[in-house]
Amino acid sequence: MEILLAVITGLLYGAGVYMILRRSLVKLIIGLILLGNGANILIFLVGRIVKGKPPIIPEDSSTILDTYADPVPQALILTAIVISFGLQAFAIVLIKRAYKVVKTDDLDQMNTTDEYA
Amino acid sequence: MIFTILLCVIVALFLIFFGKKLKGSISYLLTLLPLSLFVYFTTFIGKIAQGEVPVQLFEWVPSMGIHLSFRMDGLALLFSLLITGIGTLVYLYTSYYLKGHTYLDRFYGYLSIFMGAMLGLVLSDSIMGLFIFWELTSISSFFLIGFNNHDKASRTSALQALAITGFGGLFLLGAAILFGFIGSTYSIQELIHSGIDFTESPYYVVLLVFIFIAAFTKSAQFPFHFWLPGAMKAPTPVSTYLHSATMVKAGIYLLLRFTPLLGNHEFWNTTLFTVGAITMLYAAFHTLFRTDLKGILAYSTISVLGILVFLIGIGTSTALHAALVFIVVHALYKAALFLITGILDHETGTRNVTKLSGLKSVMMPVAIAGLLAMLSNAGMLPSFGFVGKDLIYEATLQSSEAVLFTVFAVVTNILLLYAGYQVGIKPFIGTLPENFTSVHLPDKRLWMPPLLLGVLGMLFGLFPSILDNALFQPSLNELAPDSFVSPLKLWHGFTFVLLLSIVTIALGLLLVFVLQPSAVKELKLKKVDFLAPKTLIRGFANGFQKTASLWTNFFQNGYLRNYILTIILFLSFLIGYYLIHNVTFSLDFNSLLDLTIYEVSTLLIMVVAVFYAIFTKSRLAAVAAMGVVGYAICMIFVFYSAPDLAMTQFTIDTLTVILFVLVLYRLPKYLTLSDFKTRVRDGFIAVLFGSLITILSIEVLQVSHAGETKQFYAENSYVLAKGKNIVNVILVDFRGLDTMVEITVLVIAALGVFGLLKLRIRNK
Repeated sequence: MEILLAVITGLLYGAGVYMILRRSLVKLIIGLILLGNGANILIFLVGRIVKGKPPIIPEDSSTILDTYADPVPQALILTAIVISFGLQAFAIVLIKRAYKVVKTDDLDQMNTTDEYA
Repeated sequence: MIFTILLCVIVALFLIFFGKKLKGSISYLLTLLPLSLFVYFTTFIGKIAQGEVPVQLFEWVPSMGIHLSFRMDGLALLFSLLITGIGTLVYLYTSYYLKGHTYLDRFYGYLSIFMGAMLGLVLSDSIMGLFIFWELTSISSFFLIGFNNHDKASRTSALQALAITGFGGLFLLGAAILFGFIGSTYSIQELIHSGIDFTESPYYVVLLVFIFIAAFTKSAQFPFHFWLPGAMKAPTPVSTYLHSATMVKAGIYLLLRFTPLLGNHEFWNTTLFTVGAITMLYAAFHTLFRTDLKGILAYSTISVLGILVFLIGIGTSTALHAALVFIVVHALYKAALFLITGILDHETGTRNVTKLSGLKSVMMPVAIAGLLAMLSNAGMLPSFGFVGKDLIYEATLQSSEAVLFTVFAVVTNILLLYAGYQVGIKPFIGTLPENFTSVHLPDKRLWMPPLLLGVLGMLFGLFPSILDNALFQPSLNELAPDSFVSPLKLWHGFTFVLLLSIVTIALGLLLVFVLQPSAVKELKLKKVDFLAPKTLIRGFANGFQKTASLWTNFFQNGYLRNYILTIILFLSFLIGYYLIHNVTFSLDFNSLLDLTIYEVSTLLIMVVAVFYAIFTKSRLAAVAAMGVVGYAICMIFVFYSAPDLAMTQFTIDTLTVILFVLVLYRLPKYLTLSDFKTRVRDGFIAVLFGSLITILSIEVLQVSHAGETKQFYAENSYVLAKGKNIVNVILVDFRGLDTMVEITVLVIAALGVFGLLKLRIRNK
């Protein structure tokens, strides 16, 4: 399964890069989201994946003795998901505003910001 | 000693506030500054002659061994007296020459800072201090040369001078650091007495190159000489000061100062006398083609600087003695000639030698000053110049290449005589043209200084031992200890040297009568300008600038995607390079065996969704596909023991899609903006980058995983933090502060979103 996830990571990265290189602002944001997802999976993967053993201490014990998934990458990814949501929300609203003013979604036509000061 | 430098700076500061009040006739009061410093320095003469060496040390950066240390020896005194002495005359002269100029106060301010920097340069014992004052002279001279800042040519020459001398300054810093590195001190005296033989050091050649570039740029040696004629755009008092006694002599001073450390080596001598000889002949030859008086003087100054470098290159004690004497000779007569040029320019409005004649009848004192300066310049009896030229011939005759060097010296001196004649005598003899009949003798503040210099040139010629005992011998003692040179005398009897002198003068006068300066010749010379170092170096500078802007425009082209492209390609290159060299690629397909149908189908859905998100023509479909990708990731988190992540991903993904859809319907149609070729290129890069990431993650999986932190959290979550969901415990307890900051970030983002939604942009 690791190999498949590695391929998926690569796919998400590749797709993200491709979309970021487009001229449309909406595509740029989709690219950012894809890249973010790719990064999350990458961290998840290299933190080693374990099937069906969440890092939760059993009711009757004070520590885990069995094998279990690494909680540290999970904590990291959780933070990353939430932060990237902040970024995405801001970016989406920003596009909306920018479009209202500039009347275009094309990055190349947004080169001169000075006119809209 | 430091107070002399500070005084100059204080006066300059004072001028910022009260300068406007000085505009009137009392500006000549500022002459008191250089005059009082000159008087102060003369009090050292006695001490120095007795072998005393006053020093002063202020700790500056003690941890790095950098101090402000000052040391007054013969050489420093010689230069200090020149700087303040000529300075006094220039200050006085300026008060009339630039009378009523709007920026007179500024001019005096720059001049004072420059004088302070020059004094600091010659008094510093620390190479670091020397470097700083060296740069200060470059910077303050930039303002002086570009003083007529409304004139484009003036600004260009100022910039050119700054570029060339600043370039040299950088090398001086390099040399200073190297000296500090080898000798572990920046004090020149400590280096000399450290017992280290720098000529044996493996860094000797580097040191030489650094010091030479610094000195050659400052002292306008071939091929860096061209900033000096350019600097003639400055007001004449500036040219006088910079080119007779101060700025350009700084390079000579540097070479003299480092003679005990670096001299007496084949490389030192050969380079110096070669460069010096080229410079003195090249520049002296150039004077024949100039019609502007200042142009003639500029080239003759370069030629003299060449002679000085040449003499330092010969390096015998006689040659060094000759160099010291010639520094003073040149300062006296060249300052006088510059000042005379200034008077002519000021009174007649032209500096063209072909137009000036017969002025003797209207300005006699100036003509006398010209004659005296010219006598010293030509080295005629009984001027100080005669003594100087005698010594030069003596030095060349004693050198290893006696014949060749003597011929060089004689030829240069013949040409210099021609130059001196054009400025000192030619404008005053002959008939007075019609348009100059109204010309009259200017204020005595203009003609007194050159006359005084001319008289001094005679006086020191008649009594050369005054300066010799007071300045030259103590200086020489610093440069070449334990050497003996015969004391200066005006008359040596009928010797071979005298014969050479007579030949020089005779041929020089002959040249004056045969060759008349004319504009035609000047034009002819312009035709070979494309070969001149000036053109070549300027071409280099322009090319450099062009390359830099091409380079910048290539990378900083203002298109976001090109920046990203550059970053990704570079990253791919780095990762790819590493992987090619270090990959131990082995795939473990066994893990594929226990795949369940759920996993496989989730991944398949995800792949399809990703491709759909990329290639769909509909925005809404793309966003929906994004949502599918997010939910598929959510499923992966579920399969692989990350319930918290699954929940978060689910919530956030839903929110994102909703937000997107809410905003999207206002946006324009999805357009295909880039052409097919670009898309293929980007696709290629995307595939490359994605594959690299895949290989990289497979590589990482090969390395064994320690998991110490995992262990820590498993053992302590419940014991220390009383929580059983370890991920939650990490977020709210172990890394609680981080989470709080994260919430802050989200709040800021929310405020931003709110602000953007409420923002009303007024249409203009």
